[in-house]
Amino acid sequence: MIQQPGTSGLIFNEPLLWEKSRMGRCAMSLPKPDVDRNALDADLTGDAPNLPELSELDVVRHYTRLSQWNFGVDSGMYPLGSCTMKYNPKTNEVQAARQGFSGAHPLSGDEFSQGALKLMYNLEQFLAKITGFHAVTLQPAAGAHGELCGMLMIHAWHARNGRQRSKIIIPDTAHGTNPASASLCGYESVNIKSGPNGILEPETVAAAMDEDTAGIMVTNPNTLGLFETHIKEIADIVHSKGGLVYGDGANMNAIMGIVKPGEIGIDVLHLNLHKTFSTPHGGGGPGSGPVAVGKTLEPFLPVPRVVKDLNTYKFITDCPDTIGRIHTFYGHFGIMVRAYSYILSMGAQGLTDVSKLAVLNANYIKESLKGTLNLPYDRPCMHECVFNDEFQKQYHITTMDMAKRLLDYGFHPPTVYFPLVVEGAFMVEPTETESKENIDQFIHAVKSIAQEAKDNPEQLKKAPRLTKVTRLDEVLAARKPCLRG
Amino acid sequence: MKEMKDLNFPDDVKYTKDHEWAKKSGEIITIGINDYAQDQLGEIVFVELPEIGDSFSRGDEFGSVESVKAVSEIYIPVSGEVVEINQSLEDAPELVNQSCYTDGWLIRVKPTQASELDSLMDKAAYLDMLKG
Amino acid sequence: MRYLPHTRDDIETMLKVTGHSSLDDLFAGIPDHLKTKQGIDIPESLSEWELNTHMEALASLNIACKTYKCFIGAGSYDHYIPAIIPYLISRSEFMTAYTPYQPEVSQGTLQGIYEFQTMITELLGMDIATASHYDCGTALAEACLIALRKSSTDNKIAVSSLVHPSHRQIIQTYIRPAGFEMVEIPYTKEGLTDIAALEQMKGIAGIAVQSPNFFGNIEDLKAFKTITEAKNILFIVSFTEALAYGLLKNPGSLGADLVAGEGQSLGLAKSFGGPGLGLLAGTHKQMRSLPGRLIGKTKDANGADGFVLTLATREQHIRREKASSNICSNNGLNAMTAAMYLATAGKTGIREIALQNHDKAEYLKKSLMSSGFLPAFHTPFFNEFVMKVPENFEKKRKTLIDDHCVFAGLNLEPFYPELKQHYLFCATETISKDDIDNLAKEVRS
Repeated sequence: MIQQPGTSGLIFNEPLLWEKSRMGRCAMSLPKPDVDRNALDADLTGDAPNLPELSELDVVRHYTRLSQWNFGVDSGMYPLGSCTMKYNPKTNEVQAARQGFSGAHPLSGDEFSQGALKLMYNLEQFLAKITGFHAVTLQPAAGAHGELCGMLMIHAWHARNGRQRSKIIIPDTAHGTNPASASLCGYESVNIKSGPNGILEPETVAAAMDEDTAGIMVTNPNTLGLFETHIKEIADIVHSKGGLVYGDGANMNAIMGIVKPGEIGIDVLHLNLHKTFSTPHGGGGPGSGPVAVGKTLEPFLPVPRVVKDLNTYKFITDCPDTIGRIHTFYGHFGIMVRAYSYILSMGAQGLTDVSKLAVLNANYIKESLKGTLNLPYDRPCMHECVFNDEFQKQYHITTMDMAKRLLDYGFHPPTVYFPLVVEGAFMVEPTETESKENIDQFIHAVKSIAQEAKDNPEQLKKAPRLTKVTRLDEVLAARKPCLRG
Repeated sequence: MKEMKDLNFPDDVKYTKDHEWAKKSGEIITIGINDYAQDQLGEIVFVELPEIGDSFSRGDEFGSVESVKAVSEIYIPVSGEVVEINQSLEDAPELVNQSCYTDGWLIRVKPTQASELDSLMDKAAYLDMLKG
Repeated sequence: MRYLPHTRDDIETMLKVTGHSSLDDLFAGIPDHLKTKQGIDIPESLSEWELNTHMEALASLNIACKTYKCFIGAGSYDHYIPAIIPYLISRSEFMTAYTPYQPEVSQGTLQGIYEFQTMITELLGMDIATASHYDCGTALAEACLIALRKSSTDNKIAVSSLVHPSHRQIIQTYIRPAGFEMVEIPYTKEGLTDIAALEQMKGIAGIAVQSPNFFGNIEDLKAFKTITEAKNILFIVSFTEALAYGLLKNPGSLGADLVAGEGQSLGLAKSFGGPGLGLLAGTHKQMRSLPGRLIGKTKDANGADGFVLTLATREQHIRREKASSNICSNNGLNAMTAAMYLATAGKTGIREIALQNHDKAEYLKKSLMSSGFLPAFHTPFFNEFVMKVPENFEKKRKTLIDDHCVFAGLNLEPFYPELKQHYLFCATETISKDDIDNLAKEVRS
């Protein structure tokens, strides 16, 4: 008998901050004034903002209770497809908190910031080696920001060549952010379909590619968890018509040490340090989305760039073809420290093992659950696999019902209803840091839920039951938006 | 979602391939989305409408209808100028779900070519199209 | 490797289930010519001991020792961070969660960010604040895009030359590919944005003004509002020092349509410039144009209060190429940190800290004047101001860093070539009277 982690426990209610507020409390130790008060003109000053007034214990208890309503990777398995929710090593936090890093002012000057510059330079080199590219920028603040950065470079490259193009090809298996990133550059998306086995066919790309098309945005492995085996032919087709290939590297966790995107025809690739390189996602960021490029696009990288000059490091901004600046300073340095620590902790062999075990875990789940849930594309997968609710439809049970029921079993649900190419998608990415026992528990939970779908569908409709709140009314939230207290 | 037989398609309005309806009374044409469209979208949370005085050519996008997880553009069946918009949708978008042909209408238009209405589908033609 | 739990037995058992002969066989579907012929050329793995040594050596190459004194602001400020903040924010339920797509197990993040949105609207006097952006520069660029897209005729955004230099560069990067243009509003000899010059500008879809501006001076926002109202265009206000609004009239009360700001001052480490916290707020009218995530209050199936991500139809994953922005991950954990800071400071705390920032800066200015520095402007400021420095200052400044870890101001010449020998100084509540007196003594000419 497998014991599932989900159980009920004592959960505390906790009101909104201002409901606890009592006039006259303050949770902050204020410094004693040691210089004279020097009042500003009364015309310029306003009333103090009406913030809640609390004691220190009020604040501590408030956030401790709130935290207990959350599910994190440290709470349990979080097989959220496309998000790579692997374990976030704690030593990375220790490294980022070192005074020399966390206390450094961004405008201290190169001479006094050699540690930060050296770390950034080394991290760029590591990422270039891992992806097979020539140069890297660490400036983008998140994956979508990296995507925008990459598309801006493609746009600038076409402009430099003297003829701007108007379209970009985006397959149905690409990430959801791609069309929005392209349209920020003024490109119209041309959507193309993947073939019957879930991957792109060169003929489809050839039919869509013309000399008014700036290039193609490819996610590889794609959002079905399948490797695009025709990537080289596709890149050749796009290049022969004067276009460039954008690679979405959000799924890099599947191929480290196996495939280097820079060697197979991709011109520019973004990475997500908060996916592949183990930095915490923080309930929605801060992430970091470095961009790697080949020699063609290197002159277009954002400034400032960090360079090594003998044994010292410095920022340069004198790059005539650059797309410009995309972050106030140099990007999310604190996240870079964590990713750098991770890469040093793993080494080359460790990173290769990561990808092998991530792919093993996903294939193991795919094989173990394919009789339980429908598997629209039954092919060897990479780091994630996509099922749907086809088998459960006869009981009027949906992917959403199964996802919510998984919460009661103590698991974070997989990504649901994405990718759009699979109706009712249930997208599982276990990552390499989950052990066989955890995965067996998860498989057992899904099988139990599939059985409940037959025997007791009502139980699924009412799930989750053990959480702080039950299913929430999203229609009410959107019809009558209440965005502040 | 409703079964086909449960959907309501009145005889006295005209239909478009994008599932809008249009109905003439006097000089003015009232426009909305039909029962199939509102049923497909699910619970509607927001309706974006043009301003009074805006002019459109037939087939132009004149607004959008949103559910929690989808946005659907709406296209004008006849060319003309907007003379009235359904203000009550601002606070009660659910009217489109509840009564899409009456209280849930979207806009009223003064047509520039009233004959465009004749080229729209009647109920029988529209149902044929839906059944494919 | 301690992060990889698989034993040799596990691997064998699992491979049997998947039907593969080895781990390499899992990749058999990838054609050989696409596989890399070399491994990854990076250093061997380090133990945690080795890593600690390596990282401390790197960290100590930065001049940022515990006792250092930072008289530089310019978008990154040295403020005291109460002990409870790093303690609470490092709770793994906050740190290791994803975006709250499953609200039933994300109420901690959701309520926390809802409270953040509320307190930011309170601080800025605005109707709506988003769940956060990357930094002020990117939030400001997005605000400019809102204004530009609203106009059917005008394709220029007028941006004050006293908006942070990096922010102006980001705006350029963001708007140029879409065919828009940025025009800079010059500044006056009082160190303020030149309203007269702005009045002459034609074809503009919106204006952006920073207050306190890059020189630290407080702009007359009301005067800009008069112009934007007359032109019927959007008025965007930005700021890099959030604590200023513990003391100053907030931008909402002065007529801002959109506010973009930096929230690093609210409990976040400088961390060599990132991650900070982008703030973006607007009036009700702008609700559906705002990019980025929003948290809303609702009810659960039992009628209990709860929170969800809402108005998602504005976002990239639904509206795709028509989305208001491509942003998805934002700086959520830093928004939570800022909320903790605001709750800790409270109404009285934030006012007292803001007052002390101003007092220290005034005292610093006076002290530097007595050491032979000349004020560049005679305009009210918050915690930063510009001084013309004596001839030998640059050399003394370097000695101060080398010998005492004191950073005495920021040279403005690289940003404003006309301002030779002008430095931007900052004093916050972390600077004591003694620190200021010592600095004034060291730099006396």
